[in-house]
Amino acid sequence: MTSELDIFVGNTTLIDEDVYRLWLDGYSVTDAVALRVRSGILEQTGATAAVLQSDTMDHYRTFHMLERLLHAPPKLLHQLIFQIPPSRQALLIERYYAFDEAFVREVLGKKLSKGTKKDLDDISTKTGITLKSCRRQFDNFKRVFKVVEEMRGSLVDNIQQHFLLSDRLARDYAAIVFFANNRFETGKKKLQYLSFGDFAFCAELMIQNWTLGAVDSQMDDMDMDLDKEFLQDLKELKVLVADKDLLDLHKSLVCTALRGKLGVFSEMEANFKNLSRGLVNVAAKLTHNKDVRDLFVDLVEKFVEPCRSDHWPLSDVRFFLNQYSASVHSLDGFRLECGGTIWAHCNLHLPGSSNSPASAFQVAGTTSVHHHAQQFFLYFQ
Amino acid sequence: MPGKLKVKIVAGRHLPVMDRASDLTDAFVEVKFGNTTFKTDVYLKSLNPQWNSEWFKFEVDDEDLQDEPLQITVLDHDTYSANDAIGKVYIDIDPLLYSEAATVISGWFPIYDTIHGIRGEINVVVKVDLFNDLNRFRQSSCGVKFFCTTSIPKCYRAVIIHGFVEELVVNEDPEYQWIDRIRTPRASNEARQRLISLMSGELQRKIGLKVLEMRGNAVVGYLQCFDLEGESGLVVRAIGTACTLDKLSSPAAFLPACNSPSKEMKESPLVHPPSHGCRSTHNSPIHTATGSRLTQNFSVSVPTLIYTGMGSGSAGKEGGPFKALLRQQTQSALEQREFPFFTLTAFPPGFLVHVGGVVSARSVKLLDRIHNPDEPETRDAWWAEIRQEIKSHAKALGCHAVVGYSESTSICEEVCILSASGTAAVLNPRFLQDGTVEGCLEQRLEENLSTRCGFCHIPYDELNMPFPAHLTYCYNCRKQKVPDVLFTTIDLPTDATVIGKGCLIQARLCRLKKKAQAEANATAISNLLPFMEYEVHTQLMNKLKLKGMNALFGLRIQITVGENMLMGLASATGVYLAALPTPGGIQIAGKTPNDGSYEQHISHMQKKINDTIAKNKELYEINPPEISEEIIGSPIPEPRQRSRLLRSQSESSDEVTELDLSHGKKDAFVLEIDDTDAMEDVHSLLTDVPPPSGFYSCNTEIMPGINNWTSEIQMFTSVRVIRLSSLNLTNQALNKNFNDLCENLLKSLYFKLRSMIPCCLCHVNFTVSLPEDELIQVTVTAVAITFDKNQALQTTKTPVEKSLQRASTDNEELLQFPLELCSDSLHSHPFPPVKATSVDYSSFADRCSSWIELIKLKAQTIRRGSIKTTVTVEKASPVGDGNFRNRSAPPCANSTVGVVKMTPLSFIPGAKITKYLGIINMFFIRETTSLREEGGVSGFLHAFIAEVFAMVRAHVAALGGNAVVSYIMKQCVFMENPNKNQAQCLINVSGDAVVFVRESDLEVVSSQQPTTNCQSSCTEGEVTT
Repeated sequence: MTSELDIFVGNTTLIDEDVYRLWLDGYSVTDAVALRVRSGILEQTGATAAVLQSDTMDHYRTFHMLERLLHAPPKLLHQLIFQIPPSRQALLIERYYAFDEAFVREVLGKKLSKGTKKDLDDISTKTGITLKSCRRQFDNFKRVFKVVEEMRGSLVDNIQQHFLLSDRLARDYAAIVFFANNRFETGKKKLQYLSFGDFAFCAELMIQNWTLGAVDSQMDDMDMDLDKEFLQDLKELKVLVADKDLLDLHKSLVCTALRGKLGVFSEMEANFKNLSRGLVNVAAKLTHNKDVRDLFVDLVEKFVEPCRSDHWPLSDVRFFLNQYSASVHSLDGFRLECGGTIWAHCNLHLPGSSNSPASAFQVAGTTSVHHHAQQFFLYFQ
Repeated sequence: MPGKLKVKIVAGRHLPVMDRASDLTDAFVEVKFGNTTFKTDVYLKSLNPQWNSEWFKFEVDDEDLQDEPLQITVLDHDTYSANDAIGKVYIDIDPLLYSEAATVISGWFPIYDTIHGIRGEINVVVKVDLFNDLNRFRQSSCGVKFFCTTSIPKCYRAVIIHGFVEELVVNEDPEYQWIDRIRTPRASNEARQRLISLMSGELQRKIGLKVLEMRGNAVVGYLQCFDLEGESGLVVRAIGTACTLDKLSSPAAFLPACNSPSKEMKESPLVHPPSHGCRSTHNSPIHTATGSRLTQNFSVSVPTLIYTGMGSGSAGKEGGPFKALLRQQTQSALEQREFPFFTLTAFPPGFLVHVGGVVSARSVKLLDRIHNPDEPETRDAWWAEIRQEIKSHAKALGCHAVVGYSESTSICEEVCILSASGTAAVLNPRFLQDGTVEGCLEQRLEENLSTRCGFCHIPYDELNMPFPAHLTYCYNCRKQKVPDVLFTTIDLPTDATVIGKGCLIQARLCRLKKKAQAEANATAISNLLPFMEYEVHTQLMNKLKLKGMNALFGLRIQITVGENMLMGLASATGVYLAALPTPGGIQIAGKTPNDGSYEQHISHMQKKINDTIAKNKELYEINPPEISEEIIGSPIPEPRQRSRLLRSQSESSDEVTELDLSHGKKDAFVLEIDDTDAMEDVHSLLTDVPPPSGFYSCNTEIMPGINNWTSEIQMFTSVRVIRLSSLNLTNQALNKNFNDLCENLLKSLYFKLRSMIPCCLCHVNFTVSLPEDELIQVTVTAVAITFDKNQALQTTKTPVEKSLQRASTDNEELLQFPLELCSDSLHSHPFPPVKATSVDYSSFADRCSSWIELIKLKAQTIRRGSIKTTVTVEKASPVGDGNFRNRSAPPCANSTVGVVKMTPLSFIPGAKITKYLGIINMFFIRETTSLREEGGVSGFLHAFIAEVFAMVRAHVAALGGNAVVSYIMKQCVFMENPNKNQAQCLINVSGDAVVFVRESDLEVVSSQQPTTNCQSSCTEGEVTT
């Protein structure tokens, strides 16, 4: 006696959250059944393994049919085939588009192309996430990317509107799309300590301040691409290090302001010129695509690492950067020469820097350093 | 030219990509009705076209309006080649033809293609303007309302219940026409869908005409079926109960659903002696249309029950003469009609006086090509024969009417088993006697209050019983006689006193048969049938006793014929009726008493059985009040004539083994190793595992003993197909497989629905079919309803601690004993144990040898449909609302899809049905040539059933409704050919579209009339027929 066909169709589509998770995680039916057995469900319900098998298959089949709709979430809302309460619909979509931190860290900043997709089995082996799940996540990134790529308006809003994601998830996707579009290098060993959250935070600020949309929020709202003009303008920051007087003046301003407040004051004073030079050079190079891609690597090399070697605490870095950018405003020459746009622009956001959601990231030892990276962005704004 | 049909095509959405190059579609729409076709403009390059067409107007006869479906085809325009069809929508415009139903059909319909399934949706608006037609000889019957519900629909009052109406139409099946060889599968499927749509329209119209002839205005309990007879053609047949209904005035609509009995009274119908019988149009005398071919006709009927004169109480005393008088009156009233049958399964209080027992008839026929579709006399004659038989069975039980009546067929190749069954009953003579309502109302009311047990009393004369039965005085009123067990096909009457809860009881059986052709095949089947009936009955009886219960409701026995086997599946809901005696136990007896270990084994078995009974009593909370024996009086006549099955004096030794199962005389069985049937029987008794705690199941409308429903419902369909290993198939292995199949299916359902606990599966409807040699297909449709565990059950007088222990029956153990239902002792029952089966010998097996006659034990029933026994639907405390936050209210802003509930029941818990919008009767075919790609057979069928649900919901929503009640999947024919990567499935569903309002909402809205989703815009659509 073998079962040829075994189905269950409810007027309201039954969704089992646990099975859904297993399905999303890319387990085969057999594995899923084994996992469910291990969870003790048989004892709780008095069911047999055969029942569990049939139940799992059934749910998998339903999810498989739903997958097509999940690729375009608004369709899920308007379709007639599956009657699903709205709260469940939201859950289905949210879970489908959720991703693993470990996975996203691997593909962040990579081109979402067929080539990358081929490498997924390596990523799968490395992260322990099933290949199926990797593919789903990758395809999600790609799909979102394709849809919002050419779209005007706020990136986050576009994603939310077309994929009905929660605010948090939409922001994460915005970061992913932004990184993929600009192809920032994030995979270098030096950057491994940075989490996706760190990058997402950076992306958000960059989208707000560095993109075309940020410059002119009324028209031509393109959140994906960096504002070339802005990058061009950054070149003029060179004066900060090229002009010796200016450099000294800047240093003294910063030092005066920070004296006594910084635990690592002497190191800072000694290194000021190096640091300043590093920062400004990174900024000035951004007109080249290649350098844009290496932005994070450069930042870490030129600024974070020196700081780290001197054991700067996080708070000191913050103080320093705030002061560093604030002092620039006092530089008469600078203000006149470069015009206020860049600084005015970034000033808007500087206050945010000090009470940035940093606390959310202060988890491990590495966080202190990632903070530095954040501060840098702020600075560059 | 009495009608104008107006159609507007508004828009489409989610259309499939038809042009690969542009990834877009150039869609346009053809609207066809009858022979007239209109087209919209082509909407270029869009998957969401906005046609916004003008109103297409069709001027048509109302006859056509009834017969024809509106056919909407969406196509992709192609400049160079033929236009590609995207899909179709068939809209039955019948609901627009009567005044109280929908006035407009407007909404999104899934565009359906028989090869690709649903491909996008289309927004359509349909209206009808009817003109008055005074022609007395008209062929249409616009205005007659149809209900699938097998009780008087809520919000209506039955003025008169006229009686049985039936009709059938036949045609050639397009699938078997020569042209099918050269047309595409799509064309063939569409031809079939269209034809069936046409035929059911025609059928409905013809039934409507009969109703009008009887002066009725509605058909209740309408059941339409298709017989796919293959080469010989296609038969569409329908039965129903003609009624005159009155819409309850609006204030009544606000009464809580839990009508008190007195309120119900007003709704009680009168049976009106029709002055002109409801004769079938082609009811020519039975003649020899089958010509030279053999027609094995064969029927077994065994009533199981009772009938006694009056309701209990007062009238009881003057029993004799009065009874006779009653009978006379009833008889005269009912005998005027050809068939005093009622497809209803629930009745207003007072309508049903006594219930006699189940009557059924089966007949094996050989199909012959239908030569002249306009003269479907052969099929008509077949059914007439069967109905005649049912009628005479009922008469043998002292009853003049049959209620809960239904008909079914099972076809395999050219053999066809026709079955009919119902419950013999005596209806209230007062209704039959005088047609005027008012006179008897009050009287009846009084009488009613005292007749809670009346329906259990035997309708026949105890000194002249139609079959041997064991009678006792009614445990409720002590004045009338009742039988020891009662089998019926109807729902539990509202006013019946039940102890404890009910449960689903199933008997399952398979019998191998040799493959044969034509007459030989038919004869073989005929010979097997009585044994099957007998065994099914025995199983039911044993299982009933094992549950400690004494009555079955909603009994439905299905016999399915296949190439090489017959399958029997009986489902019913067992209950403990307070008026009936406590059932006796089950005793096992072995043949070789000298063997010590053997004895031990037997006593072990016996103990196990006794334990199971005790456990079940606890589980179902059956603890009848103790009654001292004197009060009960001595058990009545003919002690000798117990309803024992006499073991046949085996004329033909072959058959004897089949009979061994019976609870015969003790020691009648030889326990031999090869006596597999007996072993199997005991075994299967003990392998039925009760549902997990928190679950109950029944196949009636409502679960006896539970009345505090909350509002969460989940209707579902589950299908399983198993392949038997063809090697060494034996009856025993077959039975085990079948049993496992059903049990596993139930277990899966319990598991799937575990989040709804505590809940009850209601209206569990199993259908078995044998699509191929080694395939068994079981389809289950049911609804799970949550209930509030904490709320006290008001009707239960004996609140019992709910200690639901799982009866852990040891399935492993092989039970090798024949069993016997023993009448004496065994249990510490307070009452003298009662005889098990009532056997009766009525009946006419035309050509059955004498031994068969001995076997006629059977009580057959088929029941379907639904009834609502008004067990107080508790005020919906919106407890279970969690998952179902979508209520009847307009769909929330961000979703265009409103929620449509579906249920096989005639009511929606916690809600009030305010309007019936019309019948939904849909037929779909789906075919695929890429089975593997669609996820195999499971994926294919899963998607198809989901699509069918979607299309039903869309139609209901377009009518302005928010639920389907009395939903039933009448047919699910699945054929596959995995080698060719092909599969085909036919599904036929029906139900009543309704508008309901939550009771909680009702209270809020209070005064303002809840006009939920009526499209008020279109008053012009008002019907004026």
